[in-house]
Amino acid sequence: MLRQVSDKMAMSGLAVEAVDLVKDFGETRAVDGVSLAVPTGTIYGLLGPNGAGKTTTLRMLLGIIDPSSGSRCVLGRERPLEAAPEIGYLPEERGIYPAMHAREAIAFMGALRGLPLAEGRRRADALLAEHDLGDWAKKPIRTLSKGMAQIVQLLGTIVHNPRLIVLDEPFAGLDAINQARLEELIRRETRAGATVIFSTHVIAHAERLCEQIAIIAKGKVVFDGRVDEARSRLSSIVRLRTRATDGPWRAAIPAGARREGPEWVFELPEGGPEPLLKALIDGGAGIETLAIERPGLHDAFVAIAGDKAAAEMGQEKSQ
Amino acid sequence: MMRFIRGAWVIARRDFSATVLSKTFIFFLLAPLFPAAMGGLFGGIGARVASQAERPVVAVVAPRDEFQRLDSARDQLAAAMGEQAVIKIVHYSPESDLAAQQKRLLASRSPPIRAVMSGDLDHPRLVGALGGDPATVGQLKLLIANARVPDDQAAPVLPITDVHSSSGSLAADRVTTAWIAQAALFFLTLMLSTMVMSQLIEEKSNKVIEVIAAAIRIDAMFVGKLFAMLAASVFALVVWICAGALLLQMVTHGGVRSLPTPAIGWPAFLSLAVIYFAMNYLLFGAAFLTIGAQASTAREVQTMSLPVTFAQMLIFAFAASAINAPNSGEALAAAIFPLSSPLTMLARAAEQPELWPHIAAILWQAAWVGLILRLGSQLFRRTVLKSGPRLPWWRFGRAY
Repeated sequence: MLRQVSDKMAMSGLAVEAVDLVKDFGETRAVDGVSLAVPTGTIYGLLGPNGAGKTTTLRMLLGIIDPSSGSRCVLGRERPLEAAPEIGYLPEERGIYPAMHAREAIAFMGALRGLPLAEGRRRADALLAEHDLGDWAKKPIRTLSKGMAQIVQLLGTIVHNPRLIVLDEPFAGLDAINQARLEELIRRETRAGATVIFSTHVIAHAERLCEQIAIIAKGKVVFDGRVDEARSRLSSIVRLRTRATDGPWRAAIPAGARREGPEWVFELPEGGPEPLLKALIDGGAGIETLAIERPGLHDAFVAIAGDKAAAEMGQEKSQ
Repeated sequence: MMRFIRGAWVIARRDFSATVLSKTFIFFLLAPLFPAAMGGLFGGIGARVASQAERPVVAVVAPRDEFQRLDSARDQLAAAMGEQAVIKIVHYSPESDLAAQQKRLLASRSPPIRAVMSGDLDHPRLVGALGGDPATVGQLKLLIANARVPDDQAAPVLPITDVHSSSGSLAADRVTTAWIAQAALFFLTLMLSTMVMSQLIEEKSNKVIEVIAAAIRIDAMFVGKLFAMLAASVFALVVWICAGALLLQMVTHGGVRSLPTPAIGWPAFLSLAVIYFAMNYLLFGAAFLTIGAQASTAREVQTMSLPVTFAQMLIFAFAASAINAPNSGEALAAAIFPLSSPLTMLARAAEQPELWPHIAAILWQAAWVGLILRLGSQLFRRTVLKSGPRLPWWRFGRAY
């Protein structure tokens, strides 16, 4: 039952494929023609500020809601609920029965996905022990801290060894230690052959984990591809500090350069670093420091989604 | 199909455990004691008030031997009609000033006398406030007439040969059984309605609904929840029936065997009672789960409870109207209308011996349970999960 690769998906190499998904809530268009292709066995990030349509897209992919138009194919099935036993899902708003014991909660979530209850309990014990929560196995969820309850729900998401794991804002509410644990858990599941899709508005997580990303803004996918591709849309940044304040070397500084304190900051010219260095040295700049920085995902996000979306994500991050 | 059943089973198992193993379920099991205790309390108060306030007291001013004849006649009437139905008479020896004695007696507070009878049995006279009470006057006339008859002619000897039952007694007994069964079924469903309506509040407030909706079909969740409550209520029902039978055995002569036998016989009747209880519960439960699923908070469920209770009472009244005429057009309509069908058919089982109408009714009710569940889950997806395209009403129940 678990991790049995269907012929169709094995042929396409895609775990999830969505074409022109649209979702309207009354007069509001929450998702506007989203198309995604998630390769099997990868970690795929959905980036975007709150309200961009990430959760709605995930809910459509999982079959919780139907799209107004468009189609989706999840693990080879056009009706996602048919693939439910092979999917694990952690929703953004954590859902768990407060009176249930941690062990039972994990087994219950496994049972919903077709795992026999006894096997679910056995696996729950092992998972809880592995995550230093063995002592809490028979404690009601309401007695656990928020972070611990979230870890319990996450363990319930993977207890049945799903082929596809969908995590909606999984890092929200976790402390730094548990965030690192979660990152490791995601990597481990991927190494075991699972495909992981997670949404986030924290770019750092996507940058560390994802091989592929989709950037969503205002219900539309504005970028879908490898993280490297997103970065490669931007030129490298040069940070230059000189002893001389003026001289012939200034001709080598591009017109769009800006000052950040004592530094000049500008995009690396198309000719590359060597002509720049030669012009600076020949022009008597007196180079104190010169750094060529590869653009981060955040810079790529700003360039792709726009300053406003990036500012929103920055605000959410600080919150 | 197997996945649907498995999904429903997972939900049902969780809900059943969460309900039956909770401390509050003990209060649910004790619930029938409260109406019984209230009935006993208010019944006792009512009986005491009735015995003290309503039975007219007539003062009889007459020689002792004449009063005794009158009192014997009263005892005969009380044996036939019941003690509480017959007027009370109190003896007073005649005094020299009759008018003054009458005036004093009518003003008496203990006992509160309504009228004073004087004179002998052949020429009785009555003084009192009896304008609006012809029953007291009528009873006094009967007592006087009986008291006048010589003792050896007073009570004719009536030899009685007792048989187990007759058509008249059976019909009356079966109507009683029908009433009791229908009322019990109604009150059981009434007790469960609010519980069913609040079934989805927990999932919606905890957001567990997201996890469930991503794993199984919504109608599997509806079915699971409904059957969990059914199992919990059947568990409670068994406890109540056992406790009731034990109580009956202890307090009544003949115990449970003294209950009137239904037309279809006890084994078939009890089996049908369980099936109709299940059907009645599932029909109302499916409807209430659908209504309750629209509510976001317990307060909204409470607000919905009152109109829902009134609607249930109307349906009960509709079903009850068919009890005395199980083959009338009204009874047929009540048997066809899905929400009153189980109540009507259970009453019919007490009154009519045919089995086939029950088979047809059970199939009919089961079809409606399925239909309401399907519509309910569709409505839930559309209104709560905001899912699915807008469909015309005739395609609303389509599979997704």
